[in-house]
Amino acid sequence: MFQHDKLNNEITFFQKLKDLDYILLFSVMLLSAISLFVMYSTDGGEILFHTKNHFVKLVVFFPLMILVAFFNIKLWHNLSYIIYLLVMLLLIYVSLFGIKSSGSQRWMDLYLFVLQPSELMKVAIIMCLAKYYHRLKIENVNSFLSIIVVLSIILIPIIFVISQPDLGTSILIALSGLIILWLGGVKIKYFIYSFITFLISLPFIISFLKPYQKLRILTFLDPDRDPLGAGYQIIQSKIAIGSGGLDGKGFLKGTQSYLDFLPEKHTDFIFTLFSEEFGFIGSVGLLVLYSIIIFRIVRIGSLSRSNFARLFCFGYAFAIFIYIVVNLSMVLGLLPIVGSPLPIMSYGGSSMLATMIGLGIVLSAKINHKQMIA
Amino acid sequence: MIKSNSGIRKADVINRRMFIIGAAKIVVFAGIVARLFSLQINDNKKYLTLSDKNRIREWKLPPTRGNIVDYYGKVIAGNLKVYQLHIIPEQVENFNYLLLRLKNLLDLSDKKINKIKKLKEELKPWDSIIVSENLSWSQFVKINNYLYDLVGVKPVMIISRNYPFKDMYTHVLGYVSQPNEQEILENEIVQERFVPGMKIGKLGLEKRLENHLIGTNAIQRYEVNAYGKRINQLEHQKGEQGSKIRLTVDTEIQKSCAELLSEKAGSISVMDIYTGDIIAMYSSPSYNPNLFLFGISQDEWQLIRNNPLKPLIHKTISGLYSPGSTIKPIVALSALENNVIDTKFKVKCTGKMELYGQTFHCWKEKGHGWVSLKNAMKQSCDTYFYEIARLLGVDRLSITAQKFGLGKKVLGSYFDNEKKGLFPNTNWKKNNLGKGWVLGETLITGIGQGYIQSTPLQLCMMTAQIANGGYAINPKIVVDNNPMNIDQAKKLMKDQHLHDLNNKLFKNKKNIQIVQEAMFSSTNERFGTSYKSRIEDPKYQFAGKTGTAQVKRISKRERELDLELEQIPYKDRDHALYVAYGPYVNPRYALSIIVEHGGSGSRAAAPIAKKLFKLIIDRHDLRKKQSNYEEISI
Repeated sequence: MFQHDKLNNEITFFQKLKDLDYILLFSVMLLSAISLFVMYSTDGGEILFHTKNHFVKLVVFFPLMILVAFFNIKLWHNLSYIIYLLVMLLLIYVSLFGIKSSGSQRWMDLYLFVLQPSELMKVAIIMCLAKYYHRLKIENVNSFLSIIVVLSIILIPIIFVISQPDLGTSILIALSGLIILWLGGVKIKYFIYSFITFLISLPFIISFLKPYQKLRILTFLDPDRDPLGAGYQIIQSKIAIGSGGLDGKGFLKGTQSYLDFLPEKHTDFIFTLFSEEFGFIGSVGLLVLYSIIIFRIVRIGSLSRSNFARLFCFGYAFAIFIYIVVNLSMVLGLLPIVGSPLPIMSYGGSSMLATMIGLGIVLSAKINHKQMIA
Repeated sequence: MIKSNSGIRKADVINRRMFIIGAAKIVVFAGIVARLFSLQINDNKKYLTLSDKNRIREWKLPPTRGNIVDYYGKVIAGNLKVYQLHIIPEQVENFNYLLLRLKNLLDLSDKKINKIKKLKEELKPWDSIIVSENLSWSQFVKINNYLYDLVGVKPVMIISRNYPFKDMYTHVLGYVSQPNEQEILENEIVQERFVPGMKIGKLGLEKRLENHLIGTNAIQRYEVNAYGKRINQLEHQKGEQGSKIRLTVDTEIQKSCAELLSEKAGSISVMDIYTGDIIAMYSSPSYNPNLFLFGISQDEWQLIRNNPLKPLIHKTISGLYSPGSTIKPIVALSALENNVIDTKFKVKCTGKMELYGQTFHCWKEKGHGWVSLKNAMKQSCDTYFYEIARLLGVDRLSITAQKFGLGKKVLGSYFDNEKKGLFPNTNWKKNNLGKGWVLGETLITGIGQGYIQSTPLQLCMMTAQIANGGYAINPKIVVDNNPMNIDQAKKLMKDQHLHDLNNKLFKNKKNIQIVQEAMFSSTNERFGTSYKSRIEDPKYQFAGKTGTAQVKRISKRERELDLELEQIPYKDRDHALYVAYGPYVNPRYALSIIVEHGGSGSRAAAPIAKKLFKLIIDRHDLRKKQSNYEEISI
């Protein structure tokens, strides 16, 4: 054990470089390249604002991922709680002094770009809970106290995020946290009980939703009730995807997006444009690419010696999976519209930053997969 | 080891749970793929048509302009159905063959063919190209006969402006034509309603009343595919025709004016002396406004532009003339009002007057002898008016003249080409020419020569205000919401007389009567300058004043030669003027006539008044009946 520690501390730069997961890296790069082409298409076949900015973000955050990877996983383990607390402070800061835009207050101005701390919380919560379960004795996993602690860890940031208001991100944070509880070994019956409780209290929860959120749910249930208003996004998105067919309308030929039928085509509805232009084949291809990324992360998790790395990787793989599922279900009309970006593909700095940091920690786990953490 | 054991146990739990999740992930992803499959493969056709039919598009059609009618409701600017020929390029099989066929059928020029080819390159294939804007009926029939062979050609019927009285109202109405970019940007309403092929007013009332006349667009809604191509028409929303505008003019009198001035350059205006209604306003020669509707040809345009009689100038309001002797009633009135003279005041006319070594001639070389005001006006003695102008001074004269409307616009903002004219005074000369006033200039101002310049409409208004007893009127050409009848107008004037001194243009009513009587004698008594043109029937009897305006200085040699009119070059002949009002008892209408280079007022202008007055007064009863004719609103 001691030997391993020593061994890992002495990993040279080239050794680290060699130990990176190149399939994962290649997949992420390919995805980045695709995202640039799609961004170019949303800009109407020209290199404009979104394409340029997206490119700059990729150029900045991709090396950041490698940098994160080159720090020992042990360091990330040690910093987990502090990172969680820092992000928590940012959330509080935003709730007090954040920038307001279209009715919500989620952002802070960092001069170079506008940061959305709730995106960072999606990664921080996994780190924090992974560390908590790493250190928790297995006998205490189902103790009353530990359940209370982990639920607090999840609920406190959610309260802030939901009051921004940002339902989409809150759900993603909640699911990212809950998956660690699941992986950590919380009894299945607790999940079942709380799910039943959730169903029963659903009408109560709905009464707390903002009018526009209620409208989204109603619209999801019947998009045709207001085809030019609330249902517009879902209908147009389905038309765009459906009209893409087997092989799509061709790059830069997505008529739905070019005639501006698609709302928010840079961010949450980026998949719609991609799918319209590249069709079923392209869409499934993209899903396969995402699956490879998820699979590689899971593989790194199962190679890891420390439970922290294992929990983080599994948890993060699930988080990416859930981001994709929520986003795709939304644009495919399977779920109500909640704002949630598609990792790497969607335009947005904070989401990209969080994704790259998460992937960096995963790669650090790969390089240091033999590292034991006390 | 225990710790390690616990760690391994924990790892086992994690792995087991992960396995369950992994399975769930595969199921969910499979679900998403299934959804994609159902949308993109199963329902592809449905969504493809939805995408194709996605956008609803509107096509605006040109609005229909409101009619302009005369006082009796007769349409003087209306609309006509016009047949046009359009090509829809995407439906054409062989474009060059089609053009060849059309060229033969319609006699199109090579220039036109090239223009169509150029348009074809610029427009989208489903946008129609207008081949001919105005097909004659025979062309239309021809095209319809060969339609089977002309795939992609569409005969279309559209509504176009039409001026049924051709050149009679051109200067009043103006005309419509295709606007240029700046004209579209200048007017917000035009900008909003503009569609290719729409025409806007370029001149006259068509321009001034554009926002009332324009009407609203008819709208056709089409469903189009994502490429912007029409698939089917959903809805046709009718546009509203623009407001109907009723003018104060009488087409019968206008027509008579046009006939009386045919082949001459000049102007006639007729005005109601109480309401200020303009009964007729004709500037000769005129031109046909219908030529401008579909773009005037270069030849026709040059013909109008180069006509020496200047048809493009609206002489009634933009033509500036020396009033000549027609100013004399105002000079006389001013002298009476300022107590410079009375009716007994006499001047001896010897045919000329010397002043500081300069000779001022009376038109009658032998002189008139001793003349009083009445005789001076009757025979238009220049010497008498030199003398009273000298006594009066130009500044006092100009105050009276300006009161009666000389030197300012008559119709305000209605016509942007209306001129102000000029009535000079000492200040004006000092400010504008930088020189002191010379007494000799006062003398020639007294006979309506020199710096003084007036439009025919100003002279008409001046006469009307003398005729109505000396009250200010507001001339107008558009009937407003509550047109006053003559009794109401008269009553209003009496009330104004009591309450508002500004609308009373005289100090002593008697002075106006003296001038009226003098004008009467000029027309109706022996030796009067327009005695030959008198009408003795009291129903039509009118009073007037002739005027002969020099266009150049008469040299001593010319004076000695005493040439006949025909011997003088056209350009050098005097303008003939005449102002009059009638009937003399209970007057109602005033007119002013000017015949450019007509020679003399009594020979060329006054006879026109004789012919016109009978018609004007005969139509009076009819006009009175029409005064309550309601319908128009602007």
